[in-house]
Amino acid sequence: MPGMLRTYWVVLAVAVIVAVLPYLVPTTFYLRIAALVFIFSIAVLGLNLLMGFAGQVSLGHAGFFGIGAYAVAVGPAHFGVPSWLALLLGLILAGVIAYIIGRPILKLRGHYLAVATLGMGILIAMVFTNEARFTGGPDGMAVKRLVLFGWTARGSVAWYWISGVTLVLAVLLAVNLIDSPTGRALRAIHDSEVASRVLGVDVARYKLIAFVLSAVYAALAGAYLALFDALVTPATAGFLRSIEFVTMAVIGGLGSILGSIVGAALLTVLPQLLTVFHDYEHIALGFIMIVFMIFLRAGIVPSLAQLLRRTPQ
Amino acid sequence: MPEFLQFLFSGLTVGAIYALVALGFTLIYNASDVINFAQGEFVMIGGMVTFFAVAAGIPLPLAALIALVSAVIIGVLLHVLAIEPAKGASPVTLIIITIGASIFLRGVAAVVFDKNFHSYPPFAGSEPIRVGGATILPQSIIVLLGTLAIVVALWALMTRTLIGKGMVATATNRLAARLVGINTAAIVGVSFALSAAIGAIGGILVTPITLTNYDVGTLLALKGFAAAMLGGMGHPFGAVVGGLIVGLLETFGAGYISSAYKDAVAFLVILGVLLVMPQGLFGSAGVERV
Repeated sequence: MPGMLRTYWVVLAVAVIVAVLPYLVPTTFYLRIAALVFIFSIAVLGLNLLMGFAGQVSLGHAGFFGIGAYAVAVGPAHFGVPSWLALLLGLILAGVIAYIIGRPILKLRGHYLAVATLGMGILIAMVFTNEARFTGGPDGMAVKRLVLFGWTARGSVAWYWISGVTLVLAVLLAVNLIDSPTGRALRAIHDSEVASRVLGVDVARYKLIAFVLSAVYAALAGAYLALFDALVTPATAGFLRSIEFVTMAVIGGLGSILGSIVGAALLTVLPQLLTVFHDYEHIALGFIMIVFMIFLRAGIVPSLAQLLRRTPQ
Repeated sequence: MPEFLQFLFSGLTVGAIYALVALGFTLIYNASDVINFAQGEFVMIGGMVTFFAVAAGIPLPLAALIALVSAVIIGVLLHVLAIEPAKGASPVTLIIITIGASIFLRGVAAVVFDKNFHSYPPFAGSEPIRVGGATILPQSIIVLLGTLAIVVALWALMTRTLIGKGMVATATNRLAARLVGINTAAIVGVSFALSAAIGAIGGILVTPITLTNYDVGTLLALKGFAAAMLGGMGHPFGAVVGGLIVGLLETFGAGYISSAYKDAVAFLVILGVLLVMPQGLFGSAGVERV
């Protein structure tokens, strides 16, 4: 079934990587990094649905990431809610907030949308910093381990598999969405809002769908990171984190599912390599952002794909 | 009443700095459609270079001059090395480049200087002046006068000189400006230099009041950006008014409502303004730069 394969090869590729990687790395330290890559990939994948497919920018997605993270921190600690339920509630909360904020905000375009989402992200982060009674304030708070059917999820190996399997499912959902009428509507909006409206596409509704979905993806990733680290701080939801997500999506390639993962991997692995030059970490990050945007504007995966297509078979 | 006056004074002082950052945003945006998120770093460079030059025994006026020149050089380098090569890229790409530049400059400042907070003595003494029960620092008056001087100088530049008129023409219609023989690439370069200078002056003036460190640029850039949007993107006068309004709202919000959410006030107002009148206070409704 070549048609099926064409649609689902990404899902298959990601599944194979997740399944094989543990046999290729020498220590569990690498699995820890891989788990981080998977977690960030989930958030970036969601953001890419919004930016790469619907063509709407968001500089505030760390806010939703933070909602997920603080849900699994605050829920069990202050309200006695089990972690898994807190996680679900966090996803719902992120979705509802995205729905409420998204309706008016998504009417804005370009720079205006950028500043509105940026403001939204910063406001959410500010709540985490200031409501110290619940969130521990600027120092953050400890997060209880996730317990499922009596089994406690802790350590790199457990979280490697949880985040890996979730990523495969997230990719599957994304692929199905892109291939559906909704996905076609989103891409039409990206190409021309006016034209798609003329053709009868409910532009506002589809933008909102992409926004809510990307918020839920981000919240899920945030919850995973908090449960994995057993710690959450306001920096989780900070402005720099939002920028990191956008950069991952753009460096990997907007509109490319594989690109989301490659972008997340690059920006997660690189700082690990650079810890030796800890003082120069920011210099390197800034430099990479500039150089990539100048020389590989379309992003790594789409650029490579184009290169492959150009080479004679 | 003294309380009100006190908030008014400090609101205007921080507002003036936001206004200068917003003005820098506006100049670069008008010339090139680029939103320069490294704008706050110019303020940081102004304050940091001045501090370390003074600490090295250089007299304050000369130290300030060195800071100003450094900022301008960095501004021009930013344009030549990072913005110019990415010509024609999408707005999001350009935003990432300038944010990358901002992170880069912050990293360099942390390595070249340090991560501590610094300040140097105010220019005209630290004895507060009493006005109607409230007090105002002489340095605040210097900040306000400095801002006013920059606004007047900029206005004179725009209306009285050829290069300023070239900037206005470029902002109005880039293609038409090029057709009548204006070197628009040079105009963009000049805009970056001017923005850097304006930011640096802001940093030099305000550091004795607010202190500075390698990291102050981020929030300044965000609030300056917010101010520029509030005033109407691309509108210099709007940028100044927007900056002052953001500064005042923030101070009064902190004073009367909640100081913990001081920074939130600015963004709440921005969201409100964007949703009610997305073109800002002074932006013309007909112009849409997307």
